[in-house]
Amino acid sequence: MLSYILKRLVYMIPTLIGMSIISFAIIQLPPGDYLTSLMSTLADGGAPIDAATVERLRSQYGLDQPIWLQYGKWMAGILFRGDFGFSFEWNQPVAEVIWSRMGSTLALSFAALLFVWAVSLPIGIYSAVRRHSVGDYVFTFLGFIGLAVPNFIFALTLMYVSFRVFGQSVGGLYSPEYVDAPWSWAKLWDLIMHLWIPIIVIGTSGTAAMIRILRANLTDELAKPYVTTARAKGLPEYKVIVKYPVRIALNPFVSAIGWVLPELVSGVTITAIVLNLPTAGPLLLRALVAQDMYLAGSFILLLSVLTLAGMLVSDILLALLDPRIRFN
Amino acid sequence: MDSPILSVEDLSLDFHLRTHILHAVRNVSFDLYRGRTLALVGESGSGKSVTARALLRIVDRPGQMVGGRILLRTDHIELDLAPLAANSREVRAVRGARIGLIFQEPMASLSPVHTIGSQIDEMLRLHAGLDKKAARARTIELLGQVEIPNPAEMADRYTFEFSGGMRQRAMIAMALACNPDVLIADEPTTALDVTTQAEILDLIKRLQVERGMAMLLITHDMGVVAEVADDVAVMRFGKIVEQGSVDDIFHAPRHPYTKRLLASTLKLEQAAEVRAGQRGEPGPILTIRNLAKTYGGAKGFLGTSKFAVKAVDDVSLTLNAGENLGIVGESGSGKTTLGRLILRTVEPSSGQVLYKDRQGRDVDVTALSKSGLRKFHADVRLIFQDPFASLNPRMTIGQIVGDPLVVAGGHTARQIQEKVAELLGLVGLDPAVMERYPHAFSGGQRQRIGIARALALDPRVVIADEATSALDVSIRSQILDLLLDIQQRLDLSFIFISHDISVVRYFCDRVAVMHRGKVVEVGPADKICTAPDADYTRALISAVPNPDPRHKRMLHRTRFNPDLQPTA
Repeated sequence: MLSYILKRLVYMIPTLIGMSIISFAIIQLPPGDYLTSLMSTLADGGAPIDAATVERLRSQYGLDQPIWLQYGKWMAGILFRGDFGFSFEWNQPVAEVIWSRMGSTLALSFAALLFVWAVSLPIGIYSAVRRHSVGDYVFTFLGFIGLAVPNFIFALTLMYVSFRVFGQSVGGLYSPEYVDAPWSWAKLWDLIMHLWIPIIVIGTSGTAAMIRILRANLTDELAKPYVTTARAKGLPEYKVIVKYPVRIALNPFVSAIGWVLPELVSGVTITAIVLNLPTAGPLLLRALVAQDMYLAGSFILLLSVLTLAGMLVSDILLALLDPRIRFN
Repeated sequence: MDSPILSVEDLSLDFHLRTHILHAVRNVSFDLYRGRTLALVGESGSGKSVTARALLRIVDRPGQMVGGRILLRTDHIELDLAPLAANSREVRAVRGARIGLIFQEPMASLSPVHTIGSQIDEMLRLHAGLDKKAARARTIELLGQVEIPNPAEMADRYTFEFSGGMRQRAMIAMALACNPDVLIADEPTTALDVTTQAEILDLIKRLQVERGMAMLLITHDMGVVAEVADDVAVMRFGKIVEQGSVDDIFHAPRHPYTKRLLASTLKLEQAAEVRAGQRGEPGPILTIRNLAKTYGGAKGFLGTSKFAVKAVDDVSLTLNAGENLGIVGESGSGKTTLGRLILRTVEPSSGQVLYKDRQGRDVDVTALSKSGLRKFHADVRLIFQDPFASLNPRMTIGQIVGDPLVVAGGHTARQIQEKVAELLGLVGLDPAVMERYPHAFSGGQRQRIGIARALALDPRVVIADEATSALDVSIRSQILDLLLDIQQRLDLSFIFISHDISVVRYFCDRVAVMHRGKVVEVGPADKICTAPDADYTRALISAVPNPDPRHKRMLHRTRFNPDLQPTA
């Protein structure tokens, strides 16, 4: 087991190097650089800057150097000094901009993952065991709605409802009076009251998908002979189901750890903008639009690392769960 | 004889299907006695398995018990299981504790993610109320009783680390864990090799006698019945058509169905009549020289590494024109790989396959280019084992049978249709079935379709890989007769790969016996099946159940030196 984890860690190194190159290449892809977009923004605002200033800035930021050199400097900074570069747009080091956003992104992903698990496990089991019952059809119907409704519409609806019905401040993670306040029980409560909307919005489609996956997997497993064996042993029915087929149908649950994070960043950017969430998605979008290359690159890189870490965790859990994976 | 320990009276089961109600079991009655074995015999779909499950009340939906009584008499109490709710406490107390169950599929009937030991422990803790430690001690004792080596260590292993025979032993240990009064064995050896089957049947029989259990043995194999059973009940279409002692059933059958069933079994006990004297033009059509296939074990500095598996090891054979060559062996003997190597769907590691083509030229198959191989594949065709998996469910029968012609090219749609109609006629199907899809056909009919497809390009050699293994015994002899009939009409040679000795004896002129990748013996079918030279062949032949209760063969079988057998 230990050698398995070590092997996986070693395999991650080339993947990471590849990812860093790709993330750097991607942010270089659009024509021009940060200064061209800055110039056009300033020109639109009626205050063009002269070419000499631009050239001076360009050499100051190192934008006139060859790409591989820029990449080398960037990577060296990250590896040896933990320095992710400088964000042109925010005028501060990338690291400072990123960490606050990354924390809330992680917290939100984790909460959404817990929500997905907590809701889809019992419903999935129920739907598979009582297939074609009224309850199954109701959950299936709701599940398809959850899959089909665009997240941002769902978010807007929930915000409207919670504002009209509960009179609650919506959007963001805190009410205005708590944003800069020190931590307190009241602030925590405020956070929880704000969190439920994004969690439901972000988690719903994942939950719906997971219910379908679990239902399909479990339906297959329920027909396997080992279930009959368990029944023939004289086990009570709930134990037959939970101990044997559910255990085996659980694999996609664990794999979910791997995809929930990238999903949260790339898939729910619009939701995050609608809900005014301080997650990575909107920031990444803005950085890309403004060609704030070090910020965007660092974001993509960090997300890749986190995704890889998520995959690793899910693979390790899978190996713990299923000896067939462990031994092959 | 004392009173029966379990009596089934007028048991009826219905399946509520979408369009109609299927009466799967109708008014079935039988008694089980301590120390005696009742064999419930029937072909697929006869309702024998679902009857067995009904005794434990584990009939899956949409099956439903609609009548009858299941009387279990233990400790001087008579308990009727039929009126109880399927998951009631009383029924659960019977399952496993009073009635044990062994299944057909040792591969699938144990959980893949729990250790063997924990699955047996569970049973003991549930019914015998043992604590964790006592349960494990008893589990290890049980695994020892079913002759699993190193039981203490093996208890902590997972299912996939056990071979098929070992899994079935573990399954038996589990079924017997709580000393049940009745043991139900549902096709316990169908998925196993003959030598393993003989060992497992021995073991079950011995444990049954030791413990004085009653046994209900469900099987389709009349040979197994003759070897093991005391009484026999023959089932067909959900009814018991005949019931009696094993001797009566085998030597004085009354019901026509029983007679037919026995006849088709006994028919396969000798060579087919049509085959006698039939010889094509002499001379080999396929020559296999030193063919070998090694899997894994990339070559290191010092030749092959020790992890290499020799699936086929230095095999040399010839197939004469018009001849039926049988290749027999147990699972893992390399017989299927050999068939694929001949077709070069798997590339040989070394060796040669020489084919004499229609013009009488020798073609080196192992050196053929892609287009040459295509031509070779038109002459040498394959029939598959699984009639259900080998036909594409989304293609009509016409498309399936005509497919090789389409692939070969150069035929108009009309020509193809005519050819398909001719082929279907040849295999005994109405050409009108062309428009239908495979799901509308039974296993035997599907195998006929598969044969028609193999014949589409007028092949000269057909390789049949376990072509009749998935079929019931009566259908099996029909298909073999069909193949022999086709052989008479078309100029064909067969390579018949099978684990079933009786099929090979019926069908083949010469037989090659494979063991662990090597051919241990080649000779005329009669000689191999009656007086083989090699020790392994002798052990193999003697393990085949004899469908005559007066001459039980298995009990006197020769055992092959186990040191030379693959470790489980």
